[in-house]
Amino acid sequence: MSRAEQVTVIRPSRGWRSLQIGELLRHRDLMKFLIWRDMKVRYQQTLLGGLWAIIQPLGTTAAFTLVFGSLAKVPSDGIPYPLFSFTGLVIWTFFSQAVIGAVGSLIGSTQLVEKVYFPRLILPISAVLRGLPDLAIAFVCLIAAMIYYGVVPDWRMLWIVPLTLLAAIAATGVGCGLGAINVRFRDVRQGVPLLIQLWLFVTPVAYPASLAPHSWRPLLGLNPMSGVVEGYRWALLGGAPPSVMLMALSTASALVFLLVGLAVFRRMESSFADII
Amino acid sequence: MTTAARPWAIKVEGLTKRYRLGVFDSNLRQSIAGMGKSLVRSLTGSGKAASAASEFWALRGVSFEIPRGEIVGLIGHNGAGKSTLLKILARITEPSEGTVQFVGKVGSLLEVGTGFHPELSGRDNVFLNGAILGMSHAEVARHFDRIVEFAGVEQFIDTPVKRYSSGMYMRLAFAVAAHLESDILLVDEVLAVGDGEFQKKCLQRISEMARDGRTVVFVSHNLAAVQALCPRAILLDKGLVLADGPTRDVLQTYLHRGRDGPMSRCEWGPAEAPANGVFRLRAARVESAEGDPLAPVDITKPFRITIEYERLKSGAGSVAIRLIDETGVLVFDLSNSTPDTGPAGFYRESCVVPGDLLNSGEYRVSVGLFDENEHMLEAQDAVAFDLMDSDRDRRGWYGKWEGVLRPTLAWTRERLADGA
Repeated sequence: MSRAEQVTVIRPSRGWRSLQIGELLRHRDLMKFLIWRDMKVRYQQTLLGGLWAIIQPLGTTAAFTLVFGSLAKVPSDGIPYPLFSFTGLVIWTFFSQAVIGAVGSLIGSTQLVEKVYFPRLILPISAVLRGLPDLAIAFVCLIAAMIYYGVVPDWRMLWIVPLTLLAAIAATGVGCGLGAINVRFRDVRQGVPLLIQLWLFVTPVAYPASLAPHSWRPLLGLNPMSGVVEGYRWALLGGAPPSVMLMALSTASALVFLLVGLAVFRRMESSFADII
Repeated sequence: MTTAARPWAIKVEGLTKRYRLGVFDSNLRQSIAGMGKSLVRSLTGSGKAASAASEFWALRGVSFEIPRGEIVGLIGHNGAGKSTLLKILARITEPSEGTVQFVGKVGSLLEVGTGFHPELSGRDNVFLNGAILGMSHAEVARHFDRIVEFAGVEQFIDTPVKRYSSGMYMRLAFAVAAHLESDILLVDEVLAVGDGEFQKKCLQRISEMARDGRTVVFVSHNLAAVQALCPRAILLDKGLVLADGPTRDVLQTYLHRGRDGPMSRCEWGPAEAPANGVFRLRAARVESAEGDPLAPVDITKPFRITIEYERLKSGAGSVAIRLIDETGVLVFDLSNSTPDTGPAGFYRESCVVPGDLLNSGEYRVSVGLFDENEHMLEAQDAVAFDLMDSDRDRRGWYGKWEGVLRPTLAWTRERLADGA
């Protein structure tokens, strides 16, 4: 028992507090198990299991292709519209599922929060990470679609790693902040689907960022998902790289989302067990 | 710092926990309305009184130290603050004021089976639950065989736990927790788990852990178990430490003390007394056979149930008592064999329940008065009391003895033939 001499002090915490990354790391096995449990249970209980990871973006792609591609004739930077929108939807689906999962993660684990100690941040973070296997499955389907349309990926494909990280950072920030508020005000959970729906329309998923007037571009960049989706298309499908300003703004705003979300979470965390 | 300089494993100082009632509306609209109200209150100057009324103090300045390797029993009636204290020690909730310091790692057995998922196999749940309780994968793997053996579910370890009997489920859950490698163990009411054999195993395991130099805080309503396991006990009452010392002394204090709601004696003023046209009930109490209301009663001793009532007019009537145990089982429902007839007046009627008859535990007494038409006046759960276990015939088993009754029987033994 090497830790036997380590003294822990419990005292009321007030105001803003630190993240306690060390505590999070000490509980990484728990995080792994929570992710693993949720995936295992989901695959045991559903007929199609991992196929759902593809069905959702594929279905939306079909709808977008019909409405925006064929009827509204939305431009797609010279890329076949189905491939154009599917690429955006693959990462968008990851992001939206991550936000919804993270917001509901605390009240979905009431029993754990009331009965056991662990850094509560594990819950929203594992809800975000849980989407990665689904993203991987959808990605395989995306590669198949690219091959079908004759698009050959090159080294730029590696960019999707930092871009996915950026989406995860933004989702963690939003999910933690709203998830914490949701413990006290269940209204939040009602509002999240609407938020996600509106967010999809201000993100260049169904349309290219180039469609937005020049003066609006900085505004577009304040949405971290703009940079992520535009970046994804460039990394996978080629074409003109997204502007440096858009990427810089999106990265910065993702980090702001994360910091604000974590701060709100930590601020409210001490009352979770009392009011959940 | 050396251990000599720090003689405690847990040090609690001035621990206070306030819950705000009614403030945490889980709906935004109500909360905004609430903010408006409190603004009005603060403007009109009545804010202080209102906020005090909406607060609940679960703990009020609790302090104690527990040296390393000691087992301490935490006792008190429901709502005394035991669970809140345990939750703060386990870091599930934060104190409002005061500090807790502890040395090493804390493991808590507040609720066995937390996080068990019915769809997963026993094996998966062992690892999952271990992780939830703060064990690393390697730690669980190291103890896996012992956990499964302890729970006695070897054959079913790859079956989803939703197919387990509730006994198997609880045994497996306790087994995981019982193998936590922690310096301090918090245990809450685990003895309500499983059958007698398994309870015995649990208690043995807990004392084993203490022998290994671990500090144990043990919360239980099972006074016999507290007495057997813990040399020291802390009695909480309404958020305060009422007694702290050798278990035997603390238990005496506990048993002498009445409770909120039904008390071991109950008296009614003329205005509030339950009454019908014939009777008015004035008092009910449980006391030792000699009539000492303060003497603790253990199962070997007789005790007296006394009822005082007014008869408002002359006529026939009878008195009945119902004794209900802690699980809600009606132990008996009896009335005095001969109906009373008599003039109006103030009466006292009592009966003695013999010793060596009932089992230990918490009992409630309901009192009924019947008039000649068998119309009943009843005071439900008028009196409650604890019947303490005795040290008699323990044979190394410190859980609650099973059964509603625990009479002393006259046994005989005859040798019928010579053995081979």
